[in-house]
Amino acid sequence: MILLDRVSKTYSRGSNPSLDRISLHVEAKEFVIVVGQSGAGKTTLLRLLTREERQTSGKIIVGGIDYDKLKDREIPLLRRKIGVVFQDFKLLPNKTIFENVAYALEMVGMGNKEIKNTVPKVLDIVNLTGKEDSMPLELSGGERQRVAIARAIVRQPKILIADEPTGNLDPKHAWDVIKILEKINRYGTTVLLTTHNQDIVNRLKRRVVTIKDGKIISDKANAGYKI
Amino acid sequence: MAIMIVTLTIVLFSVITNFTFTHTISQITNKIDISVYLNSNVSKTQTNDLIGQLEHLPNVQSVSYLSKAQVLAQYEKQNTANQQLIQAVNETANPLPATINIKPSNLNNLNVIRSFLAKPSISSLQTAPPSYSGQEKLAIDRITHATNVLKEIGVVAVAIFAVVSVLIIFNTIQMAIFNRRDEIQIMRLLGAGTWYIRGPFIVESIIYGILSAVISVAIINAAFQASSGTLKASSLGLLDISYANRFFDTRFIELLIIELGLGIVIGAVSSLIATRRYLKFKTR
Repeated sequence: MILLDRVSKTYSRGSNPSLDRISLHVEAKEFVIVVGQSGAGKTTLLRLLTREERQTSGKIIVGGIDYDKLKDREIPLLRRKIGVVFQDFKLLPNKTIFENVAYALEMVGMGNKEIKNTVPKVLDIVNLTGKEDSMPLELSGGERQRVAIARAIVRQPKILIADEPTGNLDPKHAWDVIKILEKINRYGTTVLLTTHNQDIVNRLKRRVVTIKDGKIISDKANAGYKI
Repeated sequence: MAIMIVTLTIVLFSVITNFTFTHTISQITNKIDISVYLNSNVSKTQTNDLIGQLEHLPNVQSVSYLSKAQVLAQYEKQNTANQQLIQAVNETANPLPATINIKPSNLNNLNVIRSFLAKPSISSLQTAPPSYSGQEKLAIDRITHATNVLKEIGVVAVAIFAVVSVLIIFNTIQMAIFNRRDEIQIMRLLGAGTWYIRGPFIVESIIYGILSAVISVAIINAAFQASSGTLKASSLGLLDISYANRFFDTRFIELLIIELGLGIVIGAVSSLIATRRYLKFKTR
Protein backbone atom coordinates (compact mmCIF):
# COMPACT_ATOMS: atom_id res chain seq x y z
CA MET A 1 0.00 0.00 0.00
CA ILE A 2 2.83 2.37 0.90
CA LEU A 3 6.28 1.79 -0.51
CA LEU A 4 9.30 4.00 0.07
CA ASP A 5 12.56 3.04 -1.50
CA ARG A 6 15.71 4.82 -0.33
CA VAL A 7 13.87 8.14 0.01
CA SER A 8 15.84 11.20 1.01
CA LYS A 9 14.71 14.74 1.64
CA THR A 10 16.99 17.70 2.00
CA TYR A 11 15.24 21.03 2.56
CA SER A 12 18.05 23.32 1.60
CA ARG A 13 21.19 22.62 -0.30
CA GLY A 14 24.13 21.77 1.90
CA SER A 15 22.14 21.12 5.07
CA ASN A 16 21.78 17.73 6.68
CA PRO A 17 19.03 15.62 5.13
CA SER A 18 15.78 15.48 7.10
CA LEU A 19 15.27 12.01 5.78
CA ASP A 20 18.21 9.86 4.79
CA ARG A 21 17.57 6.91 2.46
CA ILE A 22 14.45 5.68 4.18
CA SER A 23 12.97 2.40 2.96
CA LEU A 24 9.59 1.35 4.29
CA HIS A 25 6.90 -1.00 3.14
CA VAL A 26 3.42 -0.88 4.65
CA GLU A 27 0.88 -3.53 3.65
CA ALA A 28 -2.78 -2.81 3.09
CA LYS A 29 -4.84 -2.78 6.31
CA GLU A 30 -1.72 -2.48 8.46
CA PHE A 31 -1.55 -0.20 11.50
CA VAL A 32 1.90 1.35 11.72
CA ILE A 33 3.15 3.72 14.39
CA VAL A 34 6.05 5.99 13.56
CA VAL A 35 7.91 7.27 16.60
CA GLY A 36 10.86 9.53 17.03
CA GLN A 37 11.87 12.73 18.76
CA SER A 38 10.96 16.13 17.42
CA GLY A 39 13.01 16.86 14.38
CA ALA A 40 13.70 13.20 13.71
CA GLY A 41 11.87 13.41 10.38
CA LYS A 42 8.41 11.99 11.18
CA THR A 43 6.53 14.99 9.87
CA THR A 44 8.75 15.23 6.81
CA LEU A 45 7.89 11.61 6.05
CA LEU A 46 4.17 12.35 6.21
CA ARG A 47 4.53 15.52 4.17
CA LEU A 48 6.18 13.49 1.46
CA LEU A 49 3.29 11.05 1.49
CA THR A 50 0.70 13.84 1.11
CA ARG A 51 2.91 15.46 -1.48
CA GLU A 52 3.25 18.69 0.45
CA GLU A 53 6.92 18.18 -0.23
CA ARG A 54 8.79 16.35 -2.93
CA GLN A 55 11.47 13.84 -2.10
CA THR A 56 14.98 14.84 -3.08
CA SER A 57 15.74 11.30 -4.21
CA GLY A 58 14.29 7.81 -4.01
CA LYS A 59 10.97 6.37 -4.99
CA ILE A 60 7.54 6.70 -3.37
CA ILE A 61 4.59 4.58 -4.47
CA VAL A 62 1.29 4.89 -2.61
CA GLY A 63 -1.79 2.93 -3.61
CA GLY A 64 -0.21 2.18 -6.97
CA ILE A 65 0.59 5.84 -7.69
CA ASP A 66 4.22 6.55 -8.49
CA TYR A 67 4.94 10.02 -7.11
CA ASP A 68 7.59 10.65 -9.74
CA LYS A 69 4.95 10.47 -12.44
CA LEU A 70 2.41 12.56 -10.57
CA LYS A 71 1.56 15.82 -12.27
CA ASP A 72 0.68 18.92 -10.26
CA ARG A 73 -2.92 18.86 -11.36
CA GLU A 74 -3.24 15.26 -10.21
CA ILE A 75 -2.22 16.09 -6.65
CA PRO A 76 -5.79 16.91 -5.54
CA LEU A 77 -6.89 13.50 -6.79
CA LEU A 78 -4.12 11.84 -4.80
CA ARG A 79 -5.05 13.71 -1.64
CA ARG A 80 -8.65 12.63 -1.97
CA LYS A 81 -7.45 9.04 -1.70
CA ILE A 82 -5.52 9.70 1.50
CA GLY A 83 -7.21 10.81 4.71
CA VAL A 84 -5.07 13.11 6.85
CA VAL A 85 -5.45 14.08 10.50
CA PHE A 86 -3.28 16.78 12.07
CA GLN A 87 -2.17 17.64 15.54
CA ASP A 88 -3.91 21.01 15.33
CA PHE A 89 -7.10 19.55 13.81
CA LYS A 90 -7.29 22.09 10.96
CA LEU A 91 -11.05 22.42 11.05
CA LEU A 92 -12.72 25.35 9.33
CA PRO A 93 -13.65 27.51 12.32
CA ASN A 94 -16.68 29.23 10.80
CA LYS A 95 -18.40 26.09 9.64
CA THR A 96 -20.45 23.73 11.76
CA ILE A 97 -19.33 20.17 12.47
CA PHE A 98 -21.68 18.87 9.81
CA GLU A 99 -20.39 21.38 7.26
CA ASN A 100 -16.78 20.59 8.08
CA VAL A 101 -17.31 16.94 7.30
CA ALA A 102 -19.63 17.62 4.37
CA TYR A 103 -17.04 19.90 2.88
CA ALA A 104 -14.78 16.99 2.00
CA LEU A 105 -17.66 15.45 0.08
CA GLU A 106 -18.81 18.63 -1.68
CA MET A 107 -15.34 18.97 -3.03
CA VAL A 108 -15.61 15.72 -4.94
CA GLY A 109 -19.01 16.71 -6.28
CA MET A 110 -21.29 14.54 -4.15
CA GLY A 111 -24.96 15.53 -4.20
CA ASN A 112 -26.66 17.15 -1.21
CA LYS A 113 -28.93 14.22 -0.57
CA GLU A 114 -26.09 11.75 -0.43
CA ILE A 115 -24.08 14.07 1.81
CA LYS A 116 -27.01 14.30 4.24
CA ASN A 117 -27.04 10.53 4.30
CA THR A 118 -23.33 9.94 4.67
CA VAL A 119 -22.21 12.54 7.20
CA PRO A 120 -24.33 11.30 10.17
CA LYS A 121 -23.05 7.76 9.66
CA VAL A 122 -19.47 8.93 9.85
CA LEU A 123 -20.17 11.13 12.87
CA ASP A 124 -21.62 8.04 14.49
CA ILE A 125 -18.38 6.13 13.92
CA VAL A 126 -16.46 8.83 15.80
CA ASN A 127 -19.14 9.02 18.51
CA LEU A 128 -20.23 12.57 17.74
CA THR A 129 -23.89 12.03 16.94
CA GLY A 130 -25.86 15.08 18.04
CA LYS A 131 -23.00 17.54 17.59
CA GLU A 132 -23.80 18.27 13.94
CA ASP A 133 -24.77 21.92 14.49
CA SER A 134 -22.02 22.81 16.95
CA MET A 135 -19.14 25.02 15.93
CA PRO A 136 -15.60 23.65 16.28
CA LEU A 137 -14.70 26.10 19.04
CA GLU A 138 -17.58 24.84 21.17
CA LEU A 139 -16.07 21.37 21.29
CA SER A 140 -13.28 19.94 23.42
CA GLY A 141 -9.96 19.11 21.84
CA GLY A 142 -10.77 15.41 21.75
CA GLU A 143 -14.09 16.05 20.07
CA ARG A 144 -12.49 18.34 17.52
CA GLN A 145 -9.93 15.73 16.70
CA ARG A 146 -12.71 13.21 16.18
CA VAL A 147 -14.40 15.65 13.78
CA ALA A 148 -11.12 15.85 11.90
CA ILE A 149 -11.01 12.05 11.76
CA ALA A 150 -14.60 11.95 10.50
CA ARG A 151 -13.64 14.38 7.77
CA ALA A 152 -10.59 12.33 6.88
CA ILE A 153 -12.48 9.04 6.57
CA VAL A 154 -15.75 10.27 5.08
CA ARG A 155 -14.47 9.66 1.56
CA GLN A 156 -13.43 6.15 2.55
CA PRO A 157 -9.75 6.51 1.81
CA LYS A 158 -7.58 3.42 1.67
CA ILE A 159 -4.97 5.16 3.80
CA LEU A 160 -5.34 7.32 6.89
CA ILE A 161 -2.36 9.37 7.94
CA ALA A 162 -2.49 10.77 11.47
CA ASP A 163 0.27 13.22 12.39
CA GLU A 164 0.47 13.35 16.18
CA PRO A 165 -3.31 13.40 16.50
CA THR A 166 -3.07 13.13 20.29
CA GLY A 167 -0.37 15.76 20.70
CA ASN A 168 -2.75 18.40 22.04
CA LEU A 169 -5.01 16.09 24.04
CA ASP A 170 -5.14 14.88 27.62
CA PRO A 171 -4.66 11.11 28.16
CA LYS A 172 -8.35 10.22 28.28
CA HIS A 173 -9.26 12.08 25.08
CA ALA A 174 -6.08 10.85 23.45
CA TRP A 175 -7.08 7.30 24.09
CA ASP A 176 -10.59 7.97 22.67
CA VAL A 177 -8.99 9.14 19.48
CA ILE A 178 -6.67 6.13 19.29
CA LYS A 179 -9.59 3.75 19.83
CA ILE A 180 -11.37 5.33 16.89
CA LEU A 181 -8.26 4.93 14.74
CA GLU A 182 -8.21 1.24 15.69
CA LYS A 183 -11.87 0.95 14.79
CA ILE A 184 -11.20 2.49 11.38
CA ASN A 185 -8.27 0.13 10.90
CA ARG A 186 -10.55 -2.81 11.66
CA TYR A 187 -12.87 -1.60 8.88
CA GLY A 188 -9.94 -2.09 6.49
CA THR A 189 -8.14 1.25 6.26
CA THR A 190 -4.36 1.35 6.41
CA VAL A 191 -3.38 3.64 9.30
CA LEU A 192 -0.09 5.45 9.63
CA LEU A 193 0.21 7.14 13.01
CA THR A 194 3.00 9.28 14.38
CA THR A 195 3.14 9.93 18.07
CA HIS A 196 5.28 10.92 21.01
CA ASN A 197 3.06 9.22 23.49
CA GLN A 198 4.89 6.30 25.07
CA ASP A 199 1.81 5.03 26.84
CA ILE A 200 -0.18 4.80 23.63
CA VAL A 201 2.58 2.97 21.80
CA ASN A 202 2.97 0.47 24.57
CA ARG A 203 -0.75 -0.22 24.88
CA LEU A 204 -1.37 -0.55 21.15
CA LYS A 205 1.09 -3.38 20.56
CA ARG A 206 1.43 -2.69 16.87
CA ARG A 207 4.24 -2.41 14.38
CA VAL A 208 6.51 0.44 15.45
CA VAL A 209 8.95 2.22 13.16
CA THR A 210 11.48 4.36 15.00
CA ILE A 211 13.16 7.25 13.21
CA LYS A 212 16.21 9.02 14.49
CA ASP A 213 18.14 11.75 12.67
CA GLY A 214 16.32 10.97 9.44
CA LYS A 215 17.06 7.25 9.52
CA ILE A 216 14.97 4.26 10.49
CA ILE A 217 16.75 2.71 13.44
CA SER A 218 14.23 0.01 14.22
CA ASP A 219 11.10 -1.54 12.68
CA LYS A 220 9.41 -4.18 14.85
CA ALA A 221 6.00 -5.77 15.05
CA ASN A 222 4.19 -5.75 18.43
CA ALA A 223 6.80 -3.40 19.76
CA GLY A 224 6.96 -0.98 22.63
CA TYR A 225 8.28 2.54 22.80
CA LYS A 226 12.03 2.85 22.80
CA ILE A 227 14.27 5.56 21.46
CA MET B 1 -14.16 48.46 -5.82
CA ALA B 2 -13.98 52.25 -5.71
CA ILE B 3 -10.93 52.24 -7.93
CA MET B 4 -12.68 50.02 -10.43
CA ILE B 5 -15.61 52.44 -10.55
CA VAL B 6 -13.22 55.32 -11.12
CA THR B 7 -11.45 53.47 -13.90
CA LEU B 8 -14.61 52.46 -15.66
CA THR B 9 -16.07 55.94 -15.29
CA ILE B 10 -12.98 57.44 -16.87
CA VAL B 11 -13.07 54.91 -19.67
CA LEU B 12 -16.69 55.69 -20.37
CA PHE B 13 -16.10 59.41 -20.12
CA SER B 14 -13.21 59.34 -22.55
CA VAL B 15 -15.11 57.13 -25.00
CA ILE B 16 -17.94 59.66 -25.04
CA THR B 17 -15.62 62.66 -25.31
CA ASN B 18 -13.74 60.92 -28.05
CA PHE B 19 -16.86 60.38 -30.10
CA THR B 20 -17.99 63.90 -29.37
CA PHE B 21 -14.69 65.33 -30.60
CA THR B 22 -14.86 63.26 -33.74
CA HIS B 23 -18.41 64.40 -34.25
CA THR B 24 -17.47 68.03 -33.72
CA ILE B 25 -14.62 67.84 -36.18
CA SER B 26 -16.74 66.22 -38.83
CA GLN B 27 -19.45 68.79 -38.22
CA ILE B 28 -17.03 71.61 -38.76
CA THR B 29 -15.32 70.07 -41.75
CA ASN B 30 -18.72 69.47 -43.30
CA LYS B 31 -19.33 73.16 -43.31
CA ILE B 32 -16.21 73.78 -45.35
CA ASP B 33 -16.68 73.86 -49.07
CA ILE B 34 -15.41 75.54 -52.22
CA SER B 35 -17.77 77.91 -53.93
CA VAL B 36 -17.46 78.49 -57.65
CA TYR B 37 -19.31 81.62 -58.84
CA LEU B 38 -20.53 81.27 -62.38
CA ASN B 39 -20.82 83.99 -65.00
CA SER B 40 -24.39 84.88 -65.81
CA ASN B 41 -23.81 84.02 -69.47
CA VAL B 42 -22.84 80.38 -68.74
CA SER B 43 -25.39 78.14 -70.39
CA LYS B 44 -27.20 75.25 -68.76
CA THR B 45 -25.22 72.63 -70.74
CA GLN B 46 -21.93 74.29 -69.79
CA THR B 47 -22.98 74.21 -66.14
CA ASN B 48 -23.95 70.54 -66.26
CA ASP B 49 -20.73 69.79 -68.10
CA LEU B 50 -18.71 71.53 -65.41
CA ILE B 51 -20.57 69.74 -62.61
CA GLY B 52 -19.94 66.43 -64.35
CA GLN B 53 -16.22 67.14 -64.63
CA LEU B 54 -16.01 68.26 -61.01
CA GLU B 55 -17.76 65.13 -59.80
CA HIS B 56 -15.10 63.04 -61.49
CA LEU B 57 -12.21 64.80 -59.78
CA PRO B 58 -10.47 62.91 -57.00
CA ASN B 59 -11.02 64.16 -53.47
CA VAL B 60 -14.47 65.49 -54.32
CA GLN B 61 -17.18 64.26 -52.03
CA SER B 62 -20.17 66.01 -53.55
CA VAL B 63 -21.08 68.83 -55.86
CA SER B 64 -24.24 70.87 -55.58
CA TYR B 65 -25.64 73.62 -57.78
CA LEU B 66 -27.58 76.68 -56.73
CA SER B 67 -29.25 78.78 -59.40
CA LYS B 68 -29.31 82.57 -59.21
CA ALA B 69 -32.81 82.48 -57.76
CA GLN B 70 -31.85 79.92 -55.16
CA VAL B 71 -28.79 81.92 -54.15
CA LEU B 72 -30.98 84.99 -53.77
CA ALA B 73 -33.48 83.10 -51.67
CA GLN B 74 -30.71 81.79 -49.47
CA TYR B 75 -29.23 85.26 -49.18
CA GLU B 76 -32.56 86.72 -48.13
CA LYS B 77 -32.99 83.99 -45.58
CA GLN B 78 -29.55 84.59 -44.11
CA ASN B 79 -30.12 88.33 -43.87
CA THR B 80 -33.70 88.60 -42.73
CA ALA B 81 -32.50 90.88 -39.97
CA ASN B 82 -31.02 93.36 -42.40
CA GLN B 83 -33.91 94.52 -44.56
CA GLN B 84 -31.85 97.26 -46.16
CA LEU B 85 -29.48 94.75 -47.66
CA ILE B 86 -32.34 92.74 -49.07
CA GLN B 87 -33.90 95.87 -50.50
CA ALA B 88 -30.61 96.84 -52.09
CA VAL B 89 -30.30 93.43 -53.69
CA ASN B 90 -33.85 93.49 -54.93
CA GLU B 91 -33.58 96.92 -56.49
CA THR B 92 -31.48 95.64 -59.35
CA ALA B 93 -31.95 92.50 -61.34
CA ASN B 94 -30.60 89.71 -59.08
CA PRO B 95 -26.85 90.48 -58.90
CA LEU B 96 -25.92 87.27 -57.19
CA PRO B 97 -24.15 84.65 -59.30
CA ALA B 98 -25.27 81.07 -59.69
CA THR B 99 -23.02 78.98 -57.48
CA ILE B 100 -21.52 75.49 -57.53
CA ASN B 101 -20.57 74.21 -54.09
CA ILE B 102 -17.84 71.56 -53.97
CA LYS B 103 -17.47 69.53 -50.83
CA PRO B 104 -13.96 68.04 -50.66
CA SER B 105 -13.51 64.69 -48.95
CA ASN B 106 -10.14 65.67 -47.52
CA LEU B 107 -9.50 69.24 -46.51
CA ASN B 108 -5.77 68.78 -46.47
CA ASN B 109 -5.50 68.08 -50.13
CA LEU B 110 -7.26 70.69 -52.21
CA ASN B 111 -4.58 71.14 -54.86
CA VAL B 112 -6.26 69.01 -57.53
CA ILE B 113 -9.49 70.93 -57.24
CA ARG B 114 -7.66 74.22 -57.03
CA SER B 115 -5.62 73.67 -60.18
CA PHE B 116 -8.65 72.37 -62.05
CA LEU B 117 -10.59 75.53 -61.25
CA ALA B 118 -7.62 77.68 -62.23
CA LYS B 119 -7.48 76.29 -65.76
CA PRO B 120 -8.21 79.10 -68.23
CA SER B 121 -11.13 77.26 -69.82
CA ILE B 122 -12.76 76.86 -66.42
CA SER B 123 -11.87 80.20 -64.90
CA SER B 124 -13.38 82.00 -67.88
CA LEU B 125 -16.77 80.68 -66.72
CA GLN B 126 -16.42 82.31 -63.33
CA THR B 127 -17.29 85.85 -62.34
CA ALA B 128 -14.98 85.79 -59.35
CA PRO B 129 -12.19 83.57 -58.04
CA PRO B 130 -13.47 80.56 -56.09
CA SER B 131 -13.71 80.92 -52.32
CA TYR B 132 -11.81 78.34 -50.30
CA SER B 133 -12.88 79.15 -46.79
CA GLY B 134 -9.16 79.53 -46.32
CA GLN B 135 -9.12 81.09 -42.89
CA GLU B 136 -11.56 78.58 -41.56
CA LYS B 137 -9.20 75.80 -42.61
CA LEU B 138 -6.52 77.19 -40.30
CA ALA B 139 -8.97 77.18 -37.43
CA ILE B 140 -10.03 73.66 -38.26
CA ASP B 141 -6.45 72.52 -38.31
CA ARG B 142 -6.00 73.90 -34.85
CA ILE B 143 -9.14 72.27 -33.57
CA THR B 144 -8.17 68.94 -35.08
CA HIS B 145 -4.76 69.18 -33.52
CA ALA B 146 -6.18 70.06 -30.13
CA THR B 147 -8.68 67.23 -30.19
CA ASN B 148 -6.03 64.76 -31.26
CA VAL B 149 -3.88 65.77 -28.33
CA LEU B 150 -6.85 65.45 -25.99
CA LYS B 151 -7.63 62.01 -27.40
CA GLU B 152 -4.08 60.88 -26.81
CA ILE B 153 -4.15 62.19 -23.27
CA GLY B 154 -7.42 60.33 -22.79
CA VAL B 155 -5.95 57.06 -24.03
CA VAL B 156 -2.92 57.41 -21.77
CA ALA B 157 -5.10 58.28 -18.76
CA VAL B 158 -7.32 55.29 -19.38
CA ALA B 159 -4.32 52.99 -19.70
CA ILE B 160 -2.78 54.29 -16.49
CA PHE B 161 -6.00 53.94 -14.57
CA ALA B 162 -6.59 50.45 -15.91
CA VAL B 163 -3.15 49.37 -14.73
CA VAL B 164 -3.56 51.05 -11.34
CA SER B 165 -6.96 49.48 -10.95
CA VAL B 166 -5.70 46.00 -11.80
CA LEU B 167 -2.87 46.43 -9.29
CA ILE B 168 -5.15 47.61 -6.52
CA ILE B 169 -7.74 44.93 -7.11
CA PHE B 170 -4.93 42.42 -7.27
CA ASN B 171 -3.68 43.65 -3.93
CA THR B 172 -7.13 43.54 -2.35
CA ILE B 173 -7.63 39.96 -3.43
CA GLN B 174 -4.21 39.01 -2.15
CA MET B 175 -5.18 40.45 1.21
CA ALA B 176 -8.41 38.50 1.16
CA ILE B 177 -6.53 35.34 0.32
CA PHE B 178 -3.91 36.06 2.94
CA ASN B 179 -6.65 36.35 5.54
CA ARG B 180 -8.03 33.01 4.47
CA ARG B 181 -4.73 31.24 3.89
CA ASP B 182 -5.32 28.70 6.66
CA GLU B 183 -8.64 27.82 5.15
CA ILE B 184 -7.08 27.53 1.73
CA GLN B 185 -4.34 25.35 3.11
CA ILE B 186 -6.92 23.04 4.65
CA MET B 187 -8.82 22.89 1.38
CA ARG B 188 -5.59 22.04 -0.35
CA LEU B 189 -4.76 19.26 2.05
CA LEU B 190 -8.21 17.80 1.67
CA GLY B 191 -7.62 17.61 -2.05
CA ALA B 192 -9.59 20.58 -3.31
CA GLY B 193 -8.84 21.29 -6.94
CA THR B 194 -7.35 24.58 -8.01
CA TRP B 195 -10.57 25.84 -9.51
CA TYR B 196 -12.61 24.74 -6.55
CA ILE B 197 -10.61 27.14 -4.37
CA ARG B 198 -10.08 29.79 -6.97
CA GLY B 199 -13.67 29.90 -8.22
CA PRO B 200 -15.21 31.90 -5.37
CA PHE B 201 -12.48 34.56 -5.51
CA ILE B 202 -12.86 34.98 -9.24
CA VAL B 203 -16.63 35.05 -9.08
CA GLU B 204 -16.39 37.64 -6.33
CA SER B 205 -14.16 39.96 -8.31
CA ILE B 206 -16.25 39.51 -11.45
CA ILE B 207 -19.29 40.55 -9.45
CA TYR B 208 -17.34 43.61 -8.30
CA GLY B 209 -16.57 44.31 -11.95
CA ILE B 210 -20.22 44.10 -12.94
CA LEU B 211 -21.33 46.29 -10.04
CA SER B 212 -18.63 48.86 -10.81
CA ALA B 213 -19.67 48.95 -14.47
CA VAL B 214 -23.30 49.56 -13.56
CA ILE B 215 -22.37 52.23 -11.03
CA SER B 216 -20.02 54.03 -13.41
CA VAL B 217 -22.70 54.10 -16.12
CA ALA B 218 -25.10 55.45 -13.52
CA ILE B 219 -22.59 58.14 -12.52
CA ILE B 220 -22.16 59.29 -16.12
CA ASN B 221 -25.89 59.23 -16.59
CA ALA B 222 -26.42 61.34 -13.48
CA ALA B 223 -23.72 63.74 -14.67
CA PHE B 224 -25.57 64.22 -17.94
CA GLN B 225 -28.87 64.67 -16.16
CA ALA B 226 -27.33 67.33 -13.96
CA SER B 227 -25.38 69.10 -16.67
CA SER B 228 -27.76 68.96 -19.61
CA GLY B 229 -30.06 71.62 -18.19
CA THR B 230 -27.35 74.17 -17.60
CA LEU B 231 -24.99 73.34 -20.42
CA LYS B 232 -27.26 72.42 -23.28
CA ALA B 233 -27.80 76.04 -24.20
CA SER B 234 -24.11 76.87 -24.32
CA SER B 235 -22.58 74.34 -26.60
CA LEU B 236 -19.04 74.64 -25.34
CA GLY B 237 -17.54 75.02 -28.77
CA LEU B 238 -15.42 71.91 -28.76
CA LEU B 239 -17.50 69.75 -26.49
CA ASP B 240 -21.00 69.54 -27.77
CA ILE B 241 -22.75 68.42 -24.60
CA SER B 242 -26.07 67.80 -26.26
CA TYR B 243 -24.40 65.57 -28.82
CA ALA B 244 -22.54 63.72 -26.07
CA ASN B 245 -25.82 63.26 -24.25
CA ARG B 246 -27.57 61.99 -27.39
CA PHE B 247 -24.66 59.72 -28.10
CA PHE B 248 -24.90 58.32 -24.60
CA ASP B 249 -28.63 57.78 -24.91
CA THR B 250 -28.63 56.13 -28.29
CA ARG B 251 -25.60 53.92 -27.68
CA PHE B 252 -26.55 53.20 -24.10
CA ILE B 253 -26.74 49.42 -24.50
CA GLU B 254 -23.45 49.22 -26.38
CA LEU B 255 -21.68 51.40 -23.82
CA LEU B 256 -23.10 49.36 -20.96
CA ILE B 257 -21.93 46.14 -22.61
CA ILE B 258 -18.44 47.57 -23.13
CA GLU B 259 -18.31 48.68 -19.50
CA LEU B 260 -19.54 45.33 -18.25
CA GLY B 261 -17.02 43.54 -20.45
CA LEU B 262 -14.18 45.69 -19.17
CA GLY B 263 -15.25 45.28 -15.55
CA ILE B 264 -15.45 41.52 -15.92
CA VAL B 265 -12.08 41.30 -17.66
CA ILE B 266 -10.32 43.52 -15.11
CA GLY B 267 -11.86 41.57 -12.23
CA ALA B 268 -11.11 38.17 -13.70
CA VAL B 269 -7.55 38.95 -14.73
CA SER B 270 -6.56 40.50 -11.42
CA SER B 271 -8.07 37.69 -9.37
CA LEU B 272 -6.47 35.05 -11.57
CA ILE B 273 -3.07 36.60 -11.03
CA ALA B 274 -3.66 37.13 -7.34
CA THR B 275 -4.75 33.56 -6.68
CA ARG B 276 -1.95 31.99 -8.68
CA ARG B 277 0.68 32.54 -6.04
CA TYR B 278 -1.29 31.02 -3.23
CA LEU B 279 -2.34 27.95 -5.11
CA LYS B 280 1.01 26.40 -5.56
CA PHE B 281 1.02 22.94 -4.12
CA LYS B 282 3.54 23.63 -1.43
CA THR B 283 1.68 24.68 1.64
CA ARG B 284 4.66 26.08 3.37
